[in-house]
Amino acid sequence: MSIDESTAARVAKLARIRVEPEALPELAEDFNRILGFIEQLNEVDVEGVEPMTSVTPMRLKRREDQVDDGGHAAQVLSNAPDAREGFFAVPKVVE
Amino acid sequence: MADLNTLGLAEARDLLRKGETTSVELTEACLKAIDAADVLNAFVHKTPEIAMERARAADARLQAGDAPAMCGLPIGMKDLFCTEGVPSQAASRILDGFRPEYESTVSANLRDAGAVMLGKLNMDEFAMGSSNETSAYGNAINPWRRDGDDTALTPGGSSGGSAAAVAADLCLAATGTDTGGSIRQPAALTGTVGIKPTYGRCSRWGIIAFASSLDQAGPMTKSVRDAAIMLGAMCSHDPKDSTSADLAVPDFESLLSGDIRGKTIGIPREYRVEGMPAEIEKLWNDGTEMLKAAGAKVVDISLPHTKYALPAYYVIAPAEASSNLARYDGVRYGHRAKLAQGDGITEMYEKTRAEGFGDEVQRRVMVGTYVLSAGFYDAYYNRARKVRTLIKRDFEQAFAAGVDAILTPATPSAAFGLGEMTEADPVQMYLLDVFTVTVNLAGLPGITVPTGRDAQGLPLGLQLIGRPWEEADLLNTALALESAAGFVAKPARWW
Repeated sequence: MSIDESTAARVAKLARIRVEPEALPELAEDFNRILGFIEQLNEVDVEGVEPMTSVTPMRLKRREDQVDDGGHAAQVLSNAPDAREGFFAVPKVVE
Repeated sequence: MADLNTLGLAEARDLLRKGETTSVELTEACLKAIDAADVLNAFVHKTPEIAMERARAADARLQAGDAPAMCGLPIGMKDLFCTEGVPSQAASRILDGFRPEYESTVSANLRDAGAVMLGKLNMDEFAMGSSNETSAYGNAINPWRRDGDDTALTPGGSSGGSAAAVAADLCLAATGTDTGGSIRQPAALTGTVGIKPTYGRCSRWGIIAFASSLDQAGPMTKSVRDAAIMLGAMCSHDPKDSTSADLAVPDFESLLSGDIRGKTIGIPREYRVEGMPAEIEKLWNDGTEMLKAAGAKVVDISLPHTKYALPAYYVIAPAEASSNLARYDGVRYGHRAKLAQGDGITEMYEKTRAEGFGDEVQRRVMVGTYVLSAGFYDAYYNRARKVRTLIKRDFEQAFAAGVDAILTPATPSAAFGLGEMTEADPVQMYLLDVFTVTVNLAGLPGITVPTGRDAQGLPLGLQLIGRPWEEADLLNTALALESAAGFVAKPARWW
């Protein structure tokens, strides 16, 4: 598998990271080196092996489905780059 | 009496309880040492007011006879832990200015156990790195230097600031986190002790997430006994982390005896990697002999899938990181890029993340995005998770055959010069975690102990890997190794 510049550009877009066009060749090269390293995994016979989901067998805890906390709007907004009238503010999303 | 900042946790605790010193005196000694060591760039946010307030409170508790495990002991906190009202930015520009409104469970446990926080410690950005060179704060510097050579060396990473601070006696101990070796590798490169407990021992709540199925917090200390004391104070079951274990936390310190007679230590042949330096080989053989002399039985074992641990890690960790780091979007906290006329929300995301994330973080987020994308999920991500099952099974079979702990090198070399590895391609840097990363994939506890020095005088360490949830037994074996190795060297002060 070889990653070309257009694939690198598509991955950057999916990751929502702006990459300038002149940086794409080096990025594609980095991807190829890392993916080449990962390719070794194809040597392993994984037939019939379940993907690992937890470190030791344990049931995830459940809790009662009830409100037990809340009412912290001011704290939630305190680190926002732009907050107005109790909301996060962002550039216009809908025309 | 030695300078108070050079004490370990156990010695300082005993002096405090005997009334021979005070937390205020200990804390002042550390704050003075920190101010004199800015060149190490270990402490990146100092919190002297918080420290002195907690020191005075600790002295009052000691006077009243109410002294919990860490009462009055000054420590450093890795920048990955959210600490209320104190900058917590994972060494990233994208969290510039972020001051959490809450305290992580681990740092709250330490605070409640009486620990005094001196400040926040340098690290690789989002814990992604093995040399502390991806930090937005700049490099942390190892207090150790090669004999007769003033080249600045890496303290390792990602918990490089923690390792440098403990080795340079800027604090009595520090917190670290370990996703692929980030506690154990820097501890080994600085002549300190670092333990990553079993996945689930420490709550991850309030620790800025990198790869959630691998991340664990642990202590970085000056001795195995100190690691036992501090680990006990950090662990707890936490309803806010569904993966934290609902198991009683043993009194690790009281279970330390150093007696390992009759224990079985496994030596995995696959860790004898190609091109291993002779001095690492010798260190490992010496360690094996020390454990034998202490009465343990040593057996050769095989962990056949070891070779595939790093490639599996470099699928799973970036995949989880790409998901975890999706939250940094310029909306709720941290950095937001300045926008041009007509820029919409997508431009805001893309510019914010391009400005806020450093190169290595961008690279890993994008690799993670790729391996999770449609058409590749099975070929990469699911395959890596299956290989992870096989890696874990290797360890389970060794333990089932009667092995109590596994002895391996901690790192492929001693500390290297800053900048020496950055010119190499990213994969070369990844290889530094070859001995530590299997432990995270399998979720096991692992500890590194300094046991020798290389030809240039730099510290080297060995790693012990234990059975799940048996940190007490692992610490005990580590104590035996520490006692036999008798490593007491400290870096000569040049800063």
